[in-house]
Amino acid sequence: MRKVYLDHAATTPLHTEVFAAMKPYFTEHYGNPSSVYAIGREARKAVDEAREKVAAALGAEPQEIIFTSGATESNNLAIRGTARALQHKGKHIITCAVEHHAVLDTCLALQKEGFEVTVLPVDEYGLVSVKDLETALREQTILVTIMMANNEVGTVMPTAEIGRLCQERGIVFHTDAVQAIGKLPVDVNELHVDLLSLSAHKFYGPKGIGALYVRKGTRLSSYHFGGAQERKIRPGTENVPGIVGLGKAIELATSQMEEKNKRIKALRDKLKDGVLAIPHTRLNGHPERRLPGNLNVSILYVEGESLILSLDLKGIAVSSGSACTSGSLDPSHVLLAMGLDHQTAHGSLRFTLGDDNTEEEIDYVLEVLPEIVARLRSMSPVYEGNK
Amino acid sequence: MYTEQVMDHFTNPRNVGEIEDASGVGEVGNMRCGDIMRIYLKVNDQDVIEDIKFRTFGCAAAIATSSKITELVKGKTISEALVITNKQVAEELGGLPQPKMHCSNLAADALKEAIKDYQSKKK
Ligand SMILES: Cc1ncc(COP(=O)(O)O)c(C=O)c1O
Repeated sequence: MRKVYLDHAATTPLHTEVFAAMKPYFTEHYGNPSSVYAIGREARKAVDEAREKVAAALGAEPQEIIFTSGATESNNLAIRGTARALQHKGKHIITCAVEHHAVLDTCLALQKEGFEVTVLPVDEYGLVSVKDLETALREQTILVTIMMANNEVGTVMPTAEIGRLCQERGIVFHTDAVQAIGKLPVDVNELHVDLLSLSAHKFYGPKGIGALYVRKGTRLSSYHFGGAQERKIRPGTENVPGIVGLGKAIELATSQMEEKNKRIKALRDKLKDGVLAIPHTRLNGHPERRLPGNLNVSILYVEGESLILSLDLKGIAVSSGSACTSGSLDPSHVLLAMGLDHQTAHGSLRFTLGDDNTEEEIDYVLEVLPEIVARLRSMSPVYEGNK
Repeated sequence: MYTEQVMDHFTNPRNVGEIEDASGVGEVGNMRCGDIMRIYLKVNDQDVIEDIKFRTFGCAAAIATSSKITELVKGKTISEALVITNKQVAEELGGLPQPKMHCSNLAADALKEAIKDYQSKKK
């Protein structure tokens, strides 16, 4: 059966060049970067080079890059590390309602520990308002954490404006840029960010490796203790093959970015037009301010997991914000925050396209999806067409 | 994640639809969790379920359990049908993933509602 992967926001296939770059560091170059002899120095050199590549991709300095196990850790480190380092100044943190759980739940954990957390609302498109942020800022605000682009609906936040405001007020600004790398220009100075999280597997790199950008002079408390690696902020023997993979992946992802995204966006638009031609469907997220490969739609009168499984039987991999797939009893917090009712959120489907997708694949999806929707609707007690 | 039986009932559900002059109709579930099941019964003078149909909004587990219960009770008497539990339906399908046991496993409840409706109409 043919396989069509349309879930690149969940993870991406490893780029063959990335895999090739990593391989020697599993085998012949097995040294510990902290060792002084030759194979150790080799590993150190590879880590340093990767750090330079990550820094170059972000417009940062190499010493501002801390390698982590991925964006979950980066987000935890950025938020907890700032909270602990600056709690003497104030205990107020601002975030927004559509953040990834790695941000939202970290903030909520801090709330239990006595910090005050403001969760900014979003509009129907998933956008935060800079005005709302400005109103929420207080004397005691120590951190603003707002993602660069949303993983479910692809909405692109006004990151540079938020950054400028925080900079003017002298407040630390963290952004979760996981979904933005390779899709939007990410320059830490243009965006005025102090902390930025990324994860390699979202841009054709390996899983379990990521980074946190920490602007020079930004105070951050570590909550791991051990060796002197990563400036003691994140001690532990480096994941050398992973770091090498991250370096290669970010280099590839940020080269010829515009051409790649133009192609992906054209495919996405074709898919969008085709899916929205099915009656009783709607686009979720912003019509323009969205990631090039993201399409999030709600297919009314049917439930997301049934759609996913039916598409899976045809070899098509997509995701949904329905409760059955969110791991909780409620559908996606992102869609609910945008004001969708439960039924519309349960019927959501997220397609995220990537470098490997072809027009033929989109044609195939558009061929099978209407039949699947019709079949599930014929079973639905809430579908008007059955009355 | 799902057993073969669940996938079979999900892809080839039995007795989908509605019965126009139904003897009883029952509906359970809510849109909050995203599962709604409606069952239609046709019961004869001997209290035998002659026909049964369903419509379900929900995940594969919700659809499969609905389909399975229609198969289980077709031709049974009302008193035989009343003893069937949600747990039994899940077992007949070779089991359901744990998180689905409480939210999507409501077919026996929908059937009981339909029977209640039938009995109240009969009075
Ligand atoms: C926006 C966003 N932040 C954080 C993460 C977490 O990344 P990881 O699972 O690699 O730690 C993800 C990935 O699911 C994401 O999409």
